[in-house]
Amino acid sequence: MVPASFPALTGLVATLVPHAAPLPWYVTVIYMAAAVSFVFSLKWLNSHKTARRGVKMGEIGMAAAILATVFLPEVRHYNWIIIAGIIGSGIGILLAVLTPMTAVPQQTALSHAFGALAAALVGTAEYYSQYSHLTPMHTGAIAFESLLGYLTFTGSLIAAGKLQEVLPTRPISYPFQNPINLSVLALAVACGIWMIVSPAHALLYPLFMVLSLLFGVLLIIPIGGGDMPTVIALLNSYAGLSAAAMGFVVNNKLLIIGGALEGSSGFILSMIMCKAMNRSFLNVLFGQAKIEKAAKADDVYGGKIKTVTAEEIADILDGARRVVIVPGYGLAVAQAQHATGELFETLTARGVDVEFAIHPVAGRMPGHMNVLLAEADIPYDHLKEMDQINEQFDDVDVVIVNGANDVVNPDARDNANSPIAGMPILNVDKARTVVVIKRSLSPGFAGIPNPLFARDNCLMFFSDGKKATLDIIQALKKT
Amino acid sequence: MSTTLASNLFVFILAAFLGYEVVRRVSPQLHTPLMALTNAISAISVVGALTLAGAGYGHILLITLGAIALACAMVNVVGGFMITDRMLKMFKKRKEK
Repeated sequence: MVPASFPALTGLVATLVPHAAPLPWYVTVIYMAAAVSFVFSLKWLNSHKTARRGVKMGEIGMAAAILATVFLPEVRHYNWIIIAGIIGSGIGILLAVLTPMTAVPQQTALSHAFGALAAALVGTAEYYSQYSHLTPMHTGAIAFESLLGYLTFTGSLIAAGKLQEVLPTRPISYPFQNPINLSVLALAVACGIWMIVSPAHALLYPLFMVLSLLFGVLLIIPIGGGDMPTVIALLNSYAGLSAAAMGFVVNNKLLIIGGALEGSSGFILSMIMCKAMNRSFLNVLFGQAKIEKAAKADDVYGGKIKTVTAEEIADILDGARRVVIVPGYGLAVAQAQHATGELFETLTARGVDVEFAIHPVAGRMPGHMNVLLAEADIPYDHLKEMDQINEQFDDVDVVIVNGANDVVNPDARDNANSPIAGMPILNVDKARTVVVIKRSLSPGFAGIPNPLFARDNCLMFFSDGKKATLDIIQALKKT
Repeated sequence: MSTTLASNLFVFILAAFLGYEVVRRVSPQLHTPLMALTNAISAISVVGALTLAGAGYGHILLITLGAIALACAMVNVVGGFMITDRMLKMFKKRKEK
């Protein structure tokens, strides 16, 4: 059964069974402690006060586990470990230090790619070191690890490319997209099953690998920029699951725990993102661009749009006691977070109560907007979640919407026929005055007009998000 | 089902539920650092790569695969914790005047 092209590897099978030896007792104890430290690390993230302590805890657990492994008796040769360790750490440090906060989503997607590739390569090596005497269970675990690892690797690279805008952010579609994608997946799974049945058929693995890589590309290519928060969360979950699958393959419970923690975290985040857009997983992954009939922009806006200047906005803000700023994706694109921080300072100095209302899908990944605003020195107790602030908009004098559109579209709440009906929105239309900063009346990701802009209490300031904010600050200083 | 697989599955299921309960309580404000932190934690897969790269009696191809996997995992170990801390450092409360 063993093909002649793999003679070099067949000889090792007898000698190379790297994980069969039981771990020394002290290593087991260290691994247990590391698992506990990981759980505490995540637990302490539930409050700002303990969050940084949690990072320390995780680092200690990780360092202990790595050191314990490095000194295992079967680890004998250190030159490769040192070289790979230095290269990997170097890239890690550069990414961590140099990534601007606006680019954290790309960086996150890249790190999913790295994690998944590590799992996939270990799976490949496990397979080729033992393929002539694998048990079906073992092959199944390897197949699972490799499939998830390789598809998450290419999928995350595509996601990173879209976020960095080296690839088009528009959804890319072609005829028979879903049937083609699903057949590629089905073929990969069939290959995997065949491998389980006859693991010694070593030529199946390369085919399996290529199909998994291809499926990752096909899965993410059709997804548009607006769905990236869900996609990143989903890939986060996959990256975790591939690490857990590696734990099954090398029979290491610490890997299973670490991977499972990330797997469920990514799962929760993607559920939150789907709920915030009122869509299902399947709809995000396989849904085509909506072609439902939307109201014509002219019917909604015709003659009802009122524009204002920065000076007029400053006058309105001058009389305000409570102001809420709604930051959206556009604010991040315009790099307006620091100008927004300045606006916050200026208004606060004048005795205005300023808060931020943050929709769960604002920004390009879960929680991204909070990080951008925190970077602009806005204290976190002024950043409010949708549920915390939505009941209070009646009481707000001025809302400034900067670069958000669909998440403040009242049609989602009021019009059951709207394509976005049922999507949770920020009820900014209930405020006394709404100022919308936007470059034009062009629609958001949902591709539909926003009746908010035509409301009596809504004023439009057509400008770039950053320039507009700076203009308002200037005008405020003159009043 | 072998006992190893069964006990591994037990661990996986319990850890997944524990992760669910713990992560559910994380404030949405910190969801980006959360993702970076879980990425760093799951980079514990570095342990598997280490044994592969360091088993000197292995084949050169296997060692190479192990070394590449090790480098990839180390990117997340080092980068993941560092960027999490960098983000968390930025979240400040209002200064008392």
